[in-house]
Amino acid sequence: MTTPFSPNPSRLAGMTGRAAIVACLVVVVAACLPLLLSNYQVGLATEVLIFGILAMSVDILAGFAGRTSLGHGAIFGVSTYVVVYCTAQIALPPAVAFTLGVLAATAIASVFALLAVRTSGVYFLLLTLALGMIIWGICLRWTQVTGGENGMRGDVRPAMLLSHSAFYWAVLAGAAVVSFLMWRFVRSPFGLTLRGIRDSESRMRSLGYNVPLHLFIGFTVSGFFAAIAGALYAMFNNFVSPSTVALAQSVEGVLMMIVGGVGTLFGAFVGAAAIIALENVVSAYTERWQMVLGITFVLIMIFAPEGIIGKLRAILSRKVR
Amino acid sequence: MSLFQLLNGLTFAALLFVVASGFTLIFGLLRIVNLAHGALYLFGGYIGYTVAIRTGSFVLGGVGAMASIAAIGLVLDQGLLRFVRGNELRQVLLSLGAAFFLNDLALVIWGGDSFTVPIPQMLRGGMKVFGTFYPTYRLFVLVSGVVVFAALWLLLNYTRLGALIRAGVDDAEMVEASGVNIQRIFLITFLLGSALAGLGGLIGGAFLSLYPSADAEILVFSLAVVIIGGRGSLVGVGVGSLLVGLLNTLGQVMFPELAYFVIFGPMAVLLAFRPLGLFGRAT
Repeated sequence: MTTPFSPNPSRLAGMTGRAAIVACLVVVVAACLPLLLSNYQVGLATEVLIFGILAMSVDILAGFAGRTSLGHGAIFGVSTYVVVYCTAQIALPPAVAFTLGVLAATAIASVFALLAVRTSGVYFLLLTLALGMIIWGICLRWTQVTGGENGMRGDVRPAMLLSHSAFYWAVLAGAAVVSFLMWRFVRSPFGLTLRGIRDSESRMRSLGYNVPLHLFIGFTVSGFFAAIAGALYAMFNNFVSPSTVALAQSVEGVLMMIVGGVGTLFGAFVGAAAIIALENVVSAYTERWQMVLGITFVLIMIFAPEGIIGKLRAILSRKVR
Repeated sequence: MSLFQLLNGLTFAALLFVVASGFTLIFGLLRIVNLAHGALYLFGGYIGYTVAIRTGSFVLGGVGAMASIAAIGLVLDQGLLRFVRGNELRQVLLSLGAAFFLNDLALVIWGGDSFTVPIPQMLRGGMKVFGTFYPTYRLFVLVSGVVVFAALWLLLNYTRLGALIRAGVDDAEMVEASGVNIQRIFLITFLLGSALAGLGGLIGGAFLSLYPSADAEILVFSLAVVIIGGRGSLVGVGVGSLLVGLLNTLGQVMFPELAYFVIFGPMAVLLAFRPLGLFGRAT
């Protein structure tokens, strides 16, 4: 689960030269996609990037602090709601709305964090689930502000980002920056402390680390990234309804993270691509996406809890041996 | 808060107790957080509704709901959860997947309309309680909550099975080591807990009505009850249900649109001081 952390003198912003080249190549290839794909597919690719960010933010907690959150969909959705509300109801410029959305959702995340740092294991999961559901309940019932079940239509995307490819490139740039930041975050001394907490809370405590404070900050930072994904989603979808904050959102985030591999961080994009592709294939044949999602979840939990990538790696290494 | 609202809170608490007691039994003994519990509640309600409509009998509806939900519980436990024994996180996420599946299946079978389980003739109308006119059925719900509490209390404290369940909550390995087939106790508890969810679905379906997102709502309330009360404790569920039921009613009266938020307050305060809940014990 842990990637070996080897100090290397020749580094570019903490990245080895080779990793930097690979990262650049991936971004360049991703940037070329709109030239090859149809508008619809570019839309899907944008969605993959946005949900990849969400899944990575879940992975910061699950993979590096050992706490699986089922409340990140709600943080994501709060950001979406605030951005749509600010642009549609009080006609703020998109940039301001974006900032407000991220701030509001980060604030919610810090409230979640305050409560959740006292718990671990299943209790953490339950608590984040309950908190997320409360947000969902409020979004559903507080009709005056949220539009209730009908949701709200926004006018979020600035004019220069209206075309599919332009928006895709903007999201790609955002995703690249955010991924880099998250990668730096989990490799920082702070991130290493989180890993220490994951592996042995009591040992870290006896070494003098303030465990609750670290978890609090870790959760808030993770929530901040989920909030960015949510604000991007507001721009992508131009619409928000309670299903954006529903449990299914958190569950999809967690599922993408697990499929991509817990603790791999960038695997989140692979997971997001796999789940979104599955969703699209399934939706072409049946309306029962939720059922398929449930079955997928059950099957992955039984057969490949370490993620599809981890599973493939395990199968391959067995074959090689 | 008027007497009417107080009674509303108490009847809701009684329903919560029926549902959450099953949840906490499973959580306490098997260490499984069964997130499909809400879906089992909804399924129980729908099946109870269908049986009650077909046969015209509320009691048969209850029996049908409990039996069929216990059967679904059997499949869930023996068919799926068996493969991930011992890993709490995988169990939770698996049960969540099952919840999604069941919820969508219910949508396929019964559609998106909301149903209300027909109330038997003798429980229709209302009666005077301390000078307030109050629906008889909701009083019946209150009584059923108390009856279920008493029955579980007797079961847990005065039967061999109950003694084994209590021992299992404290230390399942020791119980097994002393020659008891703990797997069977686990299974019985799981079926009992599921049946309680089914019963809750029927009871709740008659005054809260059944609709596609009812499972998520009851699940949040059950979670709040268990988080407040602590796992595996019958008294904890009782106290938790009362707190959540009354607070929810109070919230609905004072801030109708933000009622959900009101159960959040005590949960937050409680977690700050007792992360394992009022009656929860560390293991």
